[in-house]
Amino acid sequence: MAAEKKHAAYICSGCGLGERLDIAALEAAAKKEGKMQVVKTHAFLCSAEGVAMIRNDIDNDGVTHVAICACSRRAKTEAFNFPTTAISRGNLREGVIWVRPDTDEARETTQEMAEDYVRMACAEVKAMTQPSGNPNTGMNKTLLVVGGGMSGMTSALEAAKAGYKVVLVEKTGALGGWAAKLYKRVPTREPFKAPQDNGVADLVAQIEADANIKVYLNSTLAKTAGAPGRFKVDIAMESGPTVTEDIGAIVQATGFSLYDANKLPHLGYGKSPHVVDQAGLEELARAANGGVMKRADGKEVKSVVFVQCAGQRDATGEHLSYCSGYCCNTSVKQAMYFKDANPDVDCVVLYTDLRTPGNGEDFYRSAQNKGVIFSKGVVSEVVPGGNACTVKFHDLILDDKAAQIEADLVVLATGVVPNSGVNIDAVPAAPAEATEGAAPVVEEKPISILNLDYRQGPDIPQFKFGFTDSHFICFPYETRRTAIYTAGPVRRPMDIAQAQEDATGAAMKAIQAMENAGLGKAAHPRAGDLSFPTARLEGCTQCKRCTVECPFGAIDEDEKRFPLFNESRCRRCGTCMGACPVRVISFENYSVNTVGAQIKAVNIPDEFSEKPRILILACENDAYPALDMAAMNRNEYSAFVRAIPVRCLGSVNTIWITDALNSGYDGVMLMGCKHGEEYQCHFVKGSELGRYRLSKVGDTLKNMNLEAERVFDLEVAITDIDTLPRKINDYAAKIQEIGMSPFKGF
Amino acid sequence: MSNANEQMAARYKNNFLKEIEEQAEMGEWVKMCMQCGVCSGSCPTNFHPGWDHPPQEIFMMIRAGKREEVLTSNSMWMCTSCYNCYVRCPRKLPITHIMHGIAEYAYRLGVAPKFQPTLHLSQTFWNNCTKTGRVNEVKLTQSLYFKDGFMAGIKKGLEMKDVALGLVKAKRLNIMEALGGGHKCKDIKGIQAMLAKAKELEAKRKAAKAAA
Repeated sequence: MAAEKKHAAYICSGCGLGERLDIAALEAAAKKEGKMQVVKTHAFLCSAEGVAMIRNDIDNDGVTHVAICACSRRAKTEAFNFPTTAISRGNLREGVIWVRPDTDEARETTQEMAEDYVRMACAEVKAMTQPSGNPNTGMNKTLLVVGGGMSGMTSALEAAKAGYKVVLVEKTGALGGWAAKLYKRVPTREPFKAPQDNGVADLVAQIEADANIKVYLNSTLAKTAGAPGRFKVDIAMESGPTVTEDIGAIVQATGFSLYDANKLPHLGYGKSPHVVDQAGLEELARAANGGVMKRADGKEVKSVVFVQCAGQRDATGEHLSYCSGYCCNTSVKQAMYFKDANPDVDCVVLYTDLRTPGNGEDFYRSAQNKGVIFSKGVVSEVVPGGNACTVKFHDLILDDKAAQIEADLVVLATGVVPNSGVNIDAVPAAPAEATEGAAPVVEEKPISILNLDYRQGPDIPQFKFGFTDSHFICFPYETRRTAIYTAGPVRRPMDIAQAQEDATGAAMKAIQAMENAGLGKAAHPRAGDLSFPTARLEGCTQCKRCTVECPFGAIDEDEKRFPLFNESRCRRCGTCMGACPVRVISFENYSVNTVGAQIKAVNIPDEFSEKPRILILACENDAYPALDMAAMNRNEYSAFVRAIPVRCLGSVNTIWITDALNSGYDGVMLMGCKHGEEYQCHFVKGSELGRYRLSKVGDTLKNMNLEAERVFDLEVAITDIDTLPRKINDYAAKIQEIGMSPFKGF
Repeated sequence: MSNANEQMAARYKNNFLKEIEEQAEMGEWVKMCMQCGVCSGSCPTNFHPGWDHPPQEIFMMIRAGKREEVLTSNSMWMCTSCYNCYVRCPRKLPITHIMHGIAEYAYRLGVAPKFQPTLHLSQTFWNNCTKTGRVNEVKLTQSLYFKDGFMAGIKKGLEMKDVALGLVKAKRLNIMEALGGGHKCKDIKGIQAMLAKAKELEAKRKAAKAAA
């Protein structure tokens, strides 16, 4: 970076800007208040000629900081790409002329809006420097896959095919996982009519033949330390030494366990050997190997009942409340084991809703054709008898509450529980009071899978029901630990076909993460971002808010208890920056100052002007694009708002709001993504943490004697193109109703 | 006839679904129902007042082995053959035909509900129309009106007399039909022979199935 700073503003008069705005006044604003050394206007700034003009000034005139006052920062990014130069964008097109009517009355306020955006762009660029990239990079490109089931093997093979080295760690003595226990699997190919080979042997052979894949059987992870691109993983083998591998990224494919059927005594499990779960039936099928199906006592099965949703979709809260997604297809398949061996076996599937995802519908129809009977009913009890069991159920179609069937064998579809390790967010239960004489309560402690050497805990954070957290809509394989991806049923209930697709996706994302880590760049959603957070430790009070709040576990503590940033783990959301009460955390191109300077750069008209000023802090992932798209549709909104994009609502420091209100803004609108159970925040926890922090703003308002409505938190989705302008206008009307802020002119 | 019923019941024991599949026309489709209920929801008769069970329930009852209830049900006889369910069934079950198939099977076994109006109409219509190869509308109406006794027939006739006179005026009804006149098929013997042959063939096919 050049030691000498030289600031330049470039104003575009194309796309109608020249006709709608007084460009000379904008130039004056950039020069006088923006204090730009160079101010130039071009009629078509994003053209080759316009870009060449900027390029020339950077190369030959020593310009180091550029404010481009043209269109939104989301437009023309390829044209305005100057990697060595700090750049800000004044949004005159989507932010001003496209959202304002082209009328004589509107001209004055529209011009004021444009001038403010020019001042803001100038102020922002002066407060920032061009990021130079994370220096603490790791160049390791080996993928670690944890778990050797269908998902794990698929991830390993896909990464190996793409040319990457893979270390595959499997806890048991053989690859294959659950799939290896299946006699056959649900079909994956046309015509989807009969069960097919489980496919494990083929994958195992491919793995054994692949020189890029190193397999550790009977092994677990003793410790995972480091960061993307430079993980050090200790692999503990059951018999033998602990080996340390250098790893670039990790795919966790640790799969699931069946829900424990022993928790369902009313369905006869454990009381009779003739009640089995789906795994138990696969064992019988493998023993029969295509011949007639026999029970544990060797008797040929003449009638079998499949009980769907056993311990699943349970409204009482006692058992699993969710649907495991694959069990209907599995029962269809298992019924075919019987029918294919002997069409005279009575097979009845008792279901409440038959859910057969993928091409399961064809498979289901094929089973009906083979004579499997599907009855809609809820099983209340399975009564084990000497030689047969009685299944009592409520027939939902005939509304027969006392329906019952006799069967030689009963199969329970119990569903999945993820193998996700330790729940690091679990609140430890209060220790049970020791009663004298009572046997000590043996607490079952989950065993950590990754044993992460992170301050935030040894495993991946979980979402609902123990499944690992991921952004379901946009980034399904991402977890809240950078470069560690989860795939398969550990992430959500799924079948083999879905798990393999998942595993492929996760492997590709992991490769991307390793490559980005090597270049010092961020992973998604700010993929390629070179900035990273730094802390001015002299000012740090060691409050630990940044380390606790970081949604991605990127911040540890050093031996002096100061925050220690692991840049490669960081996603650049800025939640730490928003959390810091003493404001010592910043990015080179995004800081308390870059936003603060923009807030201060806005011209605040006096109390009697009837021109309020409303600050919008808009999430750059959803709300800001929604504003841009509203502009593209020419959905007009108030000329009194000034929008500043923020990386995430979590990065909003309350000082910005206090400063804005102190300097005479009449209202502050915060636009962030939905949080909570159906969150849409790209940084998972960012909007939630930001909102929690901002909920405390009420005290500040009270101290300032201001109305509570002056700060307004709005949940915005990227699709709110039509509603957002209306909501802005409603808020502007409300502010005018409340009246102007008394803080103007101080 | 009820002998046939007992024989079949004994032969298929607990497997009524199999019985329907093998013996009733279109019965092999019953197992393919996925219980979505679109047929019941599409039925314009709305199942009142006379319906015992909508088609979806009939199919479920067959699978649940409720033999007696299904065969003696009036449901199959209440179908108006509008084909709404037929065109809407997502599984492409020929529901209208299945209902008729089951009805015919119940009739064949002699367990169909006695005095069921549809059954009565079907029988009367068949007898009437096969006689001359064309429907004798006056006689058909007569036999329907007088089904419940002489007085009831007179009453119904007086009720409908304006309609009848209108039809006569418009030459839509030939009074002569009451005396055996009216339109007839050209080759009555021929058509009767054809029908007899068809009946014989069908009886043979069904007997073979029943004996299998």
